[in-house]
Amino acid sequence: MVTQHSTAERRHYQFRRATERLAGAGMVLCTAVTVFFLFMILGYVIYNGASAIDWNFLTGLPLPPGESGGGIANALVGSVLVVACAVLFAMPIGLGAAIFVNEFPSARLGRTVRFMAEVLTGVPSIVVGLFAYALVVRPMGSFSGLSGSIAYAFIMVPIILITSHEAFRLVPPSLREASLALGVPKWRTILGVVLPVSRTALLTGAVLAFSRALGEAAPMLFTAFGNPFWNLNLGKPIATVPMLIYTYATGPYDDWHQKAWAASFVLMMVVLVTSVMTRAFLRGKSHE
Amino acid sequence: MSDQTIDSTFSTGSATRVVHHDTRVTNFGDRLFYRVTQTFALIVILLAFLLVFDLFRGAWEAIQTFGLKFLVGTTWDPVKREFSTLPTVIGTLVKAFIALLLAVPISIGSAVFISFYIPKWLRPIISYPIELLAGVPSIVFGLWGLFVMVPVIRAVQIWLKANFGWFFLFDGPAVYGVGVLSGSVILAIMIIPIITAVSRDILLTVPRPQIEGMLALGATKWESIWQVALPYARVGLFGAVILGLGRAIGETMAVTMVGGNSFDLIHSLFDPVHSMASQIASEFTEATYSLYVSSLIYVGLVLFGITIIISLCAQYLIWRLSKGHVAVFE
Repeated sequence: MVTQHSTAERRHYQFRRATERLAGAGMVLCTAVTVFFLFMILGYVIYNGASAIDWNFLTGLPLPPGESGGGIANALVGSVLVVACAVLFAMPIGLGAAIFVNEFPSARLGRTVRFMAEVLTGVPSIVVGLFAYALVVRPMGSFSGLSGSIAYAFIMVPIILITSHEAFRLVPPSLREASLALGVPKWRTILGVVLPVSRTALLTGAVLAFSRALGEAAPMLFTAFGNPFWNLNLGKPIATVPMLIYTYATGPYDDWHQKAWAASFVLMMVVLVTSVMTRAFLRGKSHE
Repeated sequence: MSDQTIDSTFSTGSATRVVHHDTRVTNFGDRLFYRVTQTFALIVILLAFLLVFDLFRGAWEAIQTFGLKFLVGTTWDPVKREFSTLPTVIGTLVKAFIALLLAVPISIGSAVFISFYIPKWLRPIISYPIELLAGVPSIVFGLWGLFVMVPVIRAVQIWLKANFGWFFLFDGPAVYGVGVLSGSVILAIMIIPIITAVSRDILLTVPRPQIEGMLALGATKWESIWQVALPYARVGLFGAVILGLGRAIGETMAVTMVGGNSFDLIHSLFDPVHSMASQIASEFTEATYSLYVSSLIYVGLVLFGITIIISLCAQYLIWRLSKGHVAVFE
């Protein structure tokens, strides 16, 4: 194999090898930068947040501005309440539309709906907030948890629709055909075969939408608004965790800043847990 | 099941119901189910139209008062009741484009590394956290940016101004820390994981035999990536970048916290300036009269228009690629 190379050939070869090395090093550098920021953010949130969390933080109510101590229990409960209510709105719409798109192939409507959903995922969350404001807050005359739920639902519908549609696509047609061949009507085939078969993927989509909405502050600015007191009434302004982080982070008190870190830590943990869960579900599915 | 058969069964009406009792019952269930799911599908389309309609309705007063001059004027003065949005549109676009400039090389580099170079044992350690970063709420980025990044950037800005202040981009108020540069950097950090994740998915669709063929011919790994993989995936990668651009333009909370809140046209990298989203976020609840509110919704409408155009482009490009990809494998 060893042959005589001219100097020019050898130089060209060395040049190519150097390029290869350089490109490899560049890509490692790029990845290192990405990962560096990731760990910087995670690290700061964990470092600053975990130290500020105690039992009182999770169960107490906010104290008047400037006094240290107190907690964010109202915002935690408020966030879960508003987002859960949004899931109730968004789940039937997203799931129903996904069933329509996948199980009743129609010439135009199905594709249009799927396309709309993909476009809707790109709508900025602040615009969704404006929408909910004009739709609900202005006619009702006050900020309310309900308007926040509607804003969140608007964010969730396309996510649920797309993930559910992808889930239904993975259901083997033979299962549907087997059921139909037994004389089971189509609607019972969908409810009794297609939905149960794809349930983990459906759940994953719902969880994804839930955790995405949970962290969104922008749509809450002029819908749920925030509330320093205990409130479970969705007709009134209600505190949510991301809104509270915004208020506390931009406020003047050190104690508030600490609480903002701690609340971020809680949010991050939720995102982390849901993401790990989602992955576990999907992996379990692929092994089946 | 097509629309036609359903309509025809409907039109035969109740007279035949008695005759074919059994099939009627099953058909009725199917028909009902079809109608119900169709209604949900129509609701999704309705929601999209409602969004546009609502924004127009909310912004109507401002549209009537200012018309298209709103887009080219430079005054935002609630006291004089005069509103226009050019400085914030420019602020938004400048921040987004600088963010792209910073993010695109890093993201594509990372995506190529993850798709082609990474040792197998390292893949979950690198690849998964990047996906995780894409799920971090923007308010957390804002918090981190405000307390950790802005002080660093302020120091950099002061240094740049002291040493290179003669250059017009660095001739601004360096001591604020918040401003175009901070906003751009935080946006870049936020869109890197998104562009990386989408690009990686797209790069993984490049047929392996094409790369392997290149390698078999004696090309180095980099040559086969540069000359085969990247050209093959370029449309999709462009789509990924545009997706990132859309995110950067619509991003609200982080930019509100570190981008600075000024309505003036920018002259340097250090000037604080609102993005459209941050302007709405920080002013909306303080807007005291209806023209003010309406003007802010008008800003929202403009923002919506820009992001929709960008999102449509991204959809089209990714769609075109996925079409091609399907064709390759069928």
